[in-house]
Amino acid sequence: MFKRVSQIICAGGIAVLASMGGMAPAMAAGAGGDIVEHDWTFDGPFGFFDKASLQRGFQVYREVCASCHGLEYIAFRNFSDLGYSEAEIKAIAAEYDVTDGPNEEGEMFTRAAIPADRVPSPYANENAARAFNGGAYPPDLSLITKARPNGANYLYSLLVGYKDAPQGKEVPDGMYYNTAYSGNLIAMPQPLYGDDIELAGDGDTSIEALAEDLVAFLAWAAEPEMESRKRTGIAVMLFLFVMCFVSYGSMRYIWADIKKK
Amino acid sequence: MSSPEFKNPVVKWIDHRLPVFSFMHHELHEYPTPRNLSYLWNLGSLAGLALVTMIVTGIILAMHYTPHVDHAFESVERIMRDVNHGWLIRYIHMNGASFFFIVVYIHIFRGLYYGSYKAPRELLWILGVLILLLMMATAFMGYVLPWGQMSFWGATVITNLFSAIPWVGDSIVVWLWGGFSVDNPTLSRFFALHYLMPFMIVGVVILHIIALHRFGSNNPLGIDVSGKQDTIPFHPYYTSKDLFGAMVFLTIFASAIFFYPNFLGHPDNYIPANPLQTPAHIVPEWYFLPFYAILRAIPDKLGGVLFMFGAIAVLFILPWLDRSPVRSGRFRPLFKLFFWVLLADCVLLGYLGGKPAEGIYVTLSRLATAYYFIHFLVILPLLSVVEKTRPLPQSISMPVTGAGMSAAPAAKRGKADV
Repeated sequence: MFKRVSQIICAGGIAVLASMGGMAPAMAAGAGGDIVEHDWTFDGPFGFFDKASLQRGFQVYREVCASCHGLEYIAFRNFSDLGYSEAEIKAIAAEYDVTDGPNEEGEMFTRAAIPADRVPSPYANENAARAFNGGAYPPDLSLITKARPNGANYLYSLLVGYKDAPQGKEVPDGMYYNTAYSGNLIAMPQPLYGDDIELAGDGDTSIEALAEDLVAFLAWAAEPEMESRKRTGIAVMLFLFVMCFVSYGSMRYIWADIKKK
Repeated sequence: MSSPEFKNPVVKWIDHRLPVFSFMHHELHEYPTPRNLSYLWNLGSLAGLALVTMIVTGIILAMHYTPHVDHAFESVERIMRDVNHGWLIRYIHMNGASFFFIVVYIHIFRGLYYGSYKAPRELLWILGVLILLLMMATAFMGYVLPWGQMSFWGATVITNLFSAIPWVGDSIVVWLWGGFSVDNPTLSRFFALHYLMPFMIVGVVILHIIALHRFGSNNPLGIDVSGKQDTIPFHPYYTSKDLFGAMVFLTIFASAIFFYPNFLGHPDNYIPANPLQTPAHIVPEWYFLPFYAILRAIPDKLGGVLFMFGAIAVLFILPWLDRSPVRSGRFRPLFKLFFWVLLADCVLLGYLGGKPAEGIYVTLSRLATAYYFIHFLVILPLLSVVEKTRPLPQSISMPVTGAGMSAAPAAKRGKADV
């Protein structure tokens, strides 16, 4: 009796999870471009972030993306998630300048950033960003993997998707051909070519490896709670499975006299 | 009903002056309930659980949320990142809306199948439809609050519907917006109303329960309770069953919250609202898709709005459209068939609502919309006249004791489990 119910609950739960997991990419497939399905360490209920990869991804962001794209919801203190120590975070923050004030004389002033500051945006405002980029606005990246369907795979595909345009495809000035982008014409120049940057400790600097690290970093930036969410989830699920059995047993016990009549 | 004897002197003293304990005893303890309810009768208590969950998480979110166009999106991100367990509270609330609708839709289709809207439960049904309407308004306004792209453009599309009203439409829209477009006044009033309406829902839910307790639950056989042998006290039998149901519900709910929290949402709502940039496809949340499909199926704007609201209005008069004296679909072979067609039709409408309004989707939407109304306005009244129903069992307790026909699922389960 218990076995049967447990089978039903497990089967139901697995069916729900499987359908959710299976349907998400299917729904996103309508985005337009060619999307590569990549295996990520942060996929699935047991997903986690590889800290070394996040650190490399942060370096890629800093040296390649940060000149155009902001990360406005991330504060330097959040980098402790990447495995940096407090001293390292202070040192990273100190490399940035932020505007503070007004001071006692009523003047705004520039100072080195501290861990409590958010990562400064590369432009003063959206108009400045558009003016500098031929009318296109480089979106803020702190939510980018959540703000695109099938975000991580889409971003990865976009980063490795710069190709020569096929014969007959007109690519206007200031646009670039990309197999993943909807409509294939994107205003962002190719950001990664492979071997763009020097990684500490002989890291793989192929374009695929750099793109993978960068996407992992941005996935963390969009969902910094992901690891603790999934860990909590496992515990909650175990608790609820037990409670399902306990409450089922108590129901059967209470109903026993009704059933015998 | 006699007053129970309370042993505790304090309880006794209070109850003599303020009979809350007697009330709870009557309505939650001895409340006679048909003994043959299936698991489909768990959905009412689950809807109550969902409502309480939404109110509790909603109040906590309101403590951290800022209803201003310049700060709303960021305040939600602060909840997600900086408030302790803010991500949990917000994901519960966000997914809770979807699960509330899942539970309520199953609850409604259960009522449709077993004829729970028929005499003497017409008002109970009507109050339920009213709750659905209030839920839809609440959910719509809640979705606007994070001030993402879908929030903004959804609000623009839906509020613009009122412009279809002849003569005064445009003035009404300006009045709703508090300006000449969806903007800060719109956001702050939506926040105020989103906070208010759940408590209106609570009020109607109380009326819904009072109406329910007047005649008690309907049951899978759809026949009236004929005596004490047909009922069992609500506590402990149905409290224990509802507890088990709640645990199963929470298990499924938790799997969404912790592992796929954004599966039911739209990625565009993680892009801050931008009045200058329209998303490629503006789609409402999944629970509005069938109604959205009906809205778009009608080529005329006013007609679309009328048909969309008509899809709910027709539910209000349902007790007088279906005149068959037999409640349960179990004894109505033709009705049963059309019930499943209606369910498939609603699922199809939901699918079409998520598709762009072009080509084959438009044609299908029109056919599915037509069928929805034909079901209620033509098929149900006709069936009441022409359908030959199967014979009804004599009483609820007969099949349960195994003496009569074995239509009651409780009896079957009981035997199989021994």
